[in-house]
Amino acid sequence: MTEHPKVPAADNNFNSDDLYRLRLYVTGATPNSTRAISNLKEFCENFLPGRYELEIIDVYQQPLIAESEQLIALPMLVKLSPAPQRRLIGDMSDIDKVLRGLNLPAR
Amino acid sequence: MAKESKKNKKTIHHTQIPKTPTGITGLDEITGGGLPAARPTLICGEAGCGKTLISLEFIVKGATEFNEPGVFMAFEEKAEELSMNVGSLGFNLEQMQKDKKLKIDYVHIDRSEIEETGEYDLDGLFIRLNHAIDSIGAKRVVLDTIENLFAGLTNQAILRAEIRRLFQWLKEKGVTAIVTGEKGEGASLTRQGLEEYVSDCVILLDHRVINQISTRRLRIVKYRGSMHGTNEYPFLIDEDGISVLPVTSLQLEKEVSSERVSTGIPALDKMLGGKGFFKGGSVLVSGTAGTGKTSIAACFANDICSKGKKCMYFAFEESPSQIVRNMRSINVDLKKHMENGLLQFQASRPTLHGLEQHLVAIHKVIKKFRPDAVVLDPITNLITVGSVSDVKSMLIRLIDFLQEEQITVLFTALSLNNIVNEQTDEGVSSLVDAWILVRDIEFNGERNRGMYIMKSRGMKHSNQVREFVITDKGIDLVDVYLGPDGVLTGSAREAQILQEQTGKVLRNNAMSMKDREILRKRKILEAKIASLQSEFESAEEELNKIYIEEELVKKVTDGNRDEMLKRRGGGEEVAGKNGKK
Repeated sequence: MTEHPKVPAADNNFNSDDLYRLRLYVTGATPNSTRAISNLKEFCENFLPGRYELEIIDVYQQPLIAESEQLIALPMLVKLSPAPQRRLIGDMSDIDKVLRGLNLPAR
Repeated sequence: MAKESKKNKKTIHHTQIPKTPTGITGLDEITGGGLPAARPTLICGEAGCGKTLISLEFIVKGATEFNEPGVFMAFEEKAEELSMNVGSLGFNLEQMQKDKKLKIDYVHIDRSEIEETGEYDLDGLFIRLNHAIDSIGAKRVVLDTIENLFAGLTNQAILRAEIRRLFQWLKEKGVTAIVTGEKGEGASLTRQGLEEYVSDCVILLDHRVINQISTRRLRIVKYRGSMHGTNEYPFLIDEDGISVLPVTSLQLEKEVSSERVSTGIPALDKMLGGKGFFKGGSVLVSGTAGTGKTSIAACFANDICSKGKKCMYFAFEESPSQIVRNMRSINVDLKKHMENGLLQFQASRPTLHGLEQHLVAIHKVIKKFRPDAVVLDPITNLITVGSVSDVKSMLIRLIDFLQEEQITVLFTALSLNNIVNEQTDEGVSSLVDAWILVRDIEFNGERNRGMYIMKSRGMKHSNQVREFVITDKGIDLVDVYLGPDGVLTGSAREAQILQEQTGKVLRNNAMSMKDREILRKRKILEAKIASLQSEFESAEEELNKIYIEEELVKKVTDGNRDEMLKRRGGGEEVAGKNGKK
């Protein structure tokens, strides 16, 4: 998050150099989860080519995370950086909303 | 009661549905054993009506009393806040969490942080809950308040489907769950219609403020597959947690005693068939202001304590020391009983709390002190905190409770009018076993007290109005004087008695004069009778004399004729001699 201190928090002006660190919480191979994974991968390739890190966590495997990370609705994508941290839930099928959630310019 | 109904049902049906006791005072009685086991129960009500506390107590009691660990999933308050809030009730949540008897999971959801990008489900919640349940082997789960999800997430269709799935899952998991919900607008029980998903047991809590005094109530809206009380039951939150008061037992099957308890006033005992009240009975003493109701109550309490029994005195008007001081003036020493621990005062202003709280307070101290008799002085003051019907229902429950405990109770009630036919005092006169009425009798420029027994069930009792005198020796009853002008009391009675005494002397005097007259008359008559008798004797003698004279004359004449014949001739003399022979 402190990689780019120049960028003020909650800035709508998107900086094309930012590295996006994303974490996706899924629940095994449920339809929503598999859809979310494929949708997100496609999205990242389209909009954030080469400047994202995606970590996928299966909550079934680590149930303790659910409590510590306040997980309720799944699948959930957390944008760790750049700041501000944002949470997106759903299967990432609504690309406009994903763009908005990740603070990326609309299509 | 619950047991009995269980037995009855067993004969008809196979079994009653299994239940999980809540451990909350009174609630298990109303529900006939607790909440439906392994099913979700909905507790709904307005904000601040005690939903969270009831559900938390369910979890805590489960962990402490029934060895059933529980998970509390809080959507509103953080775990620390919860522990702090219930710390005053003596629940140490932190310690219990350490002992793995309890788990609190705070679920935070904030719409502003979340973007919804398509289909999702609540698997995160399921996983958390599942983990929490499994980690401590929980048997009980509380979701407080699941409706908060609707504030954090927008897709209603998903949420509803997921909540339905959650309840189904909880059933499969075999945990007894409480789901709380805020009361919705209009007739709906909850804002999001949770009652549609929870179909087994719904409990509605209510918090009403009437005349600036609040009362909490609880009602079981439905309980599938089980008998349950259907009334609104008041409940209380105090330092021991929640207590529900199912005091109106559905049956009237109390044990009764034919043992008698003296009233403390010998003359009143005499009016009540010579022995006094029934033990475990209820007595109402009503009257206008200053008629001596408290004095009667104090006499009763004094007598109970003098016999070494315990008495509890609830004073709603005067402070204990005031009562003790005042009663000393009529030779009733309550202080020594207080020192002996036989008499306990509970003085509180009626407005201190609502009726129900009074009832619970009374319950509690009675359960603790275990008295043989209870005095409530006066019940009329309770009206300041509730309507007549409220007071009545409270007193019904109180009487019920006391009868069950075989405690004799004496109420005093202030009546505001002097008319005798005043139907009731707080409507309890039909409930009580004995009703003593003390009233003013104003006559001839002074006020006196009259007392009579309006009713006394199951015993012979006097129908007489007695004058009731309070002296520095104590209380006594005197017969009122029925003079030619009606009932006389006080000095009029004394005057009438004096007047009658004078009259008696005069009459006695007159009587003796008449007696002497008669004596004299008798003497005169007797004298007359004697003179008449002698008159008669002399007349009789006269008549006798004539008769004797005639005899004598006849004799003499006969003798003379014989002489004459003799002298006339011899032959004739022989013949005469022969004839004579």
